[in-house]
Amino acid sequence: MENAPSDNAIVVEGLVKRFGSVSALDGVDFSVPKGSVLGLLGPNGAGKTTAVRILTTILKRTAGRADVLGIDVGANPQAVRERIGLAGQYAAVDENLTGHENLWMVGKLSHLNPKTLRARSDELLERFDLVHAADRPARTYSGGMRRRLDLAAALVHRPEVLFLDEPTTGLDPQGRTGLWQVIEELVAEGATVLLTTQYLEEADRLADNIVVIDHGHVIAEGTAADLKARLGATIVEIAFSDAAAAQRARGVLTGLGEAAVQPDGQTVELKSNDGARVAIDVVRALDGEHLEPASLALREPTLDDVFLELTGHTAEEPTPEDESEEDRHGRTRGAA
Amino acid sequence: MTATAITPTGVADRPRKSPFYWAVADTKTIAWRNLVTIRRLPQLLVFSLVQPVIFVILFRYVFGGAIKIPGGLPYVDYLMPGVFAQTVAFGAIQTGIGLAEDLHKGLIERFRSLPMARSAVLSGRTLADLVRNVFVMCLMVAIGYVVGFRVQTSLLGLVAGMAVMLFFGFSLTWIFAIIGLSVTNAETAQAASFPILAPLVFASSAFVVVGTMPGWLQGWAKYQPVSVAIDATRSLMLGGIYTNNAKVLGSLAYSVGIVAVFAPLAVRRYRRAA
Repeated sequence: MENAPSDNAIVVEGLVKRFGSVSALDGVDFSVPKGSVLGLLGPNGAGKTTAVRILTTILKRTAGRADVLGIDVGANPQAVRERIGLAGQYAAVDENLTGHENLWMVGKLSHLNPKTLRARSDELLERFDLVHAADRPARTYSGGMRRRLDLAAALVHRPEVLFLDEPTTGLDPQGRTGLWQVIEELVAEGATVLLTTQYLEEADRLADNIVVIDHGHVIAEGTAADLKARLGATIVEIAFSDAAAAQRARGVLTGLGEAAVQPDGQTVELKSNDGARVAIDVVRALDGEHLEPASLALREPTLDDVFLELTGHTAEEPTPEDESEEDRHGRTRGAA
Repeated sequence: MTATAITPTGVADRPRKSPFYWAVADTKTIAWRNLVTIRRLPQLLVFSLVQPVIFVILFRYVFGGAIKIPGGLPYVDYLMPGVFAQTVAFGAIQTGIGLAEDLHKGLIERFRSLPMARSAVLSGRTLADLVRNVFVMCLMVAIGYVVGFRVQTSLLGLVAGMAVMLFFGFSLTWIFAIIGLSVTNAETAQAASFPILAPLVFASSAFVVVGTMPGWLQGWAKYQPVSVAIDATRSLMLGGIYTNNAKVLGSLAYSVGIVAVFAPLAVRRYRRAA
């Protein structure tokens, strides 16, 4: 089936998707080596979901290359569909069917042997801790259970490539951690995963490589460590009890690295490449000016810091016009 | 949790059959799924009976006495085929509502990512709605008998009349499938459907003789598809002065035509939706 056997499960080159005059994707490139996890990161409306929908054959691209397992998704969508799994943002399970019936339906529609299918769905229900609820309609499930069922449905036909579109959006921390564990197990078994997320913590934990997109463009890529390294190794957070002190401290600290007063007005953040020893300089400099911090903390940069640096806004803060674009063009489903 | 490898086991898992085989198999799976929903939520069925039952009571006992019909039959015999049409026509809205819900909940998205037949989501839905209509129609005939409706021809006439009406209802579900795939939620699907159905169901021969309507309305009321289906059903169930083979053939032709035009449009709409 594969015309060019390669080590990449997914190859995207110059991918463009326009909805009328709006470009959801404007020349995106990335590839996902077999057996690895790519975190596709970006705010709402950045184009993440559009990319997933093109790669899962739901949407047609405007231009560019999009291959899954060496197969052109536009030229031979049916062959792609047989080998991919999709777990979506909205937990696409049929609420009126039981857990068991949901898996049976997806398996039948994936054209599995009834015998294989029965064994497979029992296996998955057990694995995803849904055996106790297997014969209850899915509408009685909790949010976390629905997501697990959705993920199980995506796995019924043993896909080689798994697309997870914001798999934990809307879950409570406990449900999120539970789902992460499941995804980590799948990855340990060699699945190739493309994961979109707004949660940097999620990408940090699950992804081997990260591609950050914003406004339909790739604005950064690399491992989580690469991206963090861009910001310098250490961040010192110094909180003061009033804004005037914070302003003065910023002036004092500028010589030691990149210092900025945070939006709260009372905290100064200093980025430095000097490692932990910068703390000594900070304390000396502040002491010299008789500035007494309320608190002082040293931390590694998070992907949140990276994101803020790259895009000028935080990942979880939606930009309203982008959101409405994606809603209007990317999908016709309701709730955002 | 036990270890379950997700790696592929290869094509051995999937029997290789023709696309037609899969189109039929997938249609059956989707129809099964929709029928399970109807069974789990029987209130849907009850709601679809409420409106026609109200009309039976209203026209049989309130307005009926004032309505003159030709042929000497009791008004209830004239009325029931009209109510059957009303039942299948308004029942067809359910097709659109169901698809709009599937779209809204992301199920269509999942279906589109599966290697299933592209037509099956729609054919499975319309097939399930046909099965539901068979059930609802039998209930309506039973209710008709309770209020005095009697088939004047034969059992065969009854069955043939129901078949003509059910086929007509099936053809309508394809129109409402397009509406369901074109709107964003079930409420809109419902709201968009009523204005289409009202002139078809009420400006028809369902409740009164078309000859009593103003002249400008008669042309429409006489030849529009709902009237033709009702007249065909009257021909088969009542016979006598209502016998009209042209209407029977006309209704079948209408139904075939509606499916031929709207089924491909609905499938096209499905491919683009979501």
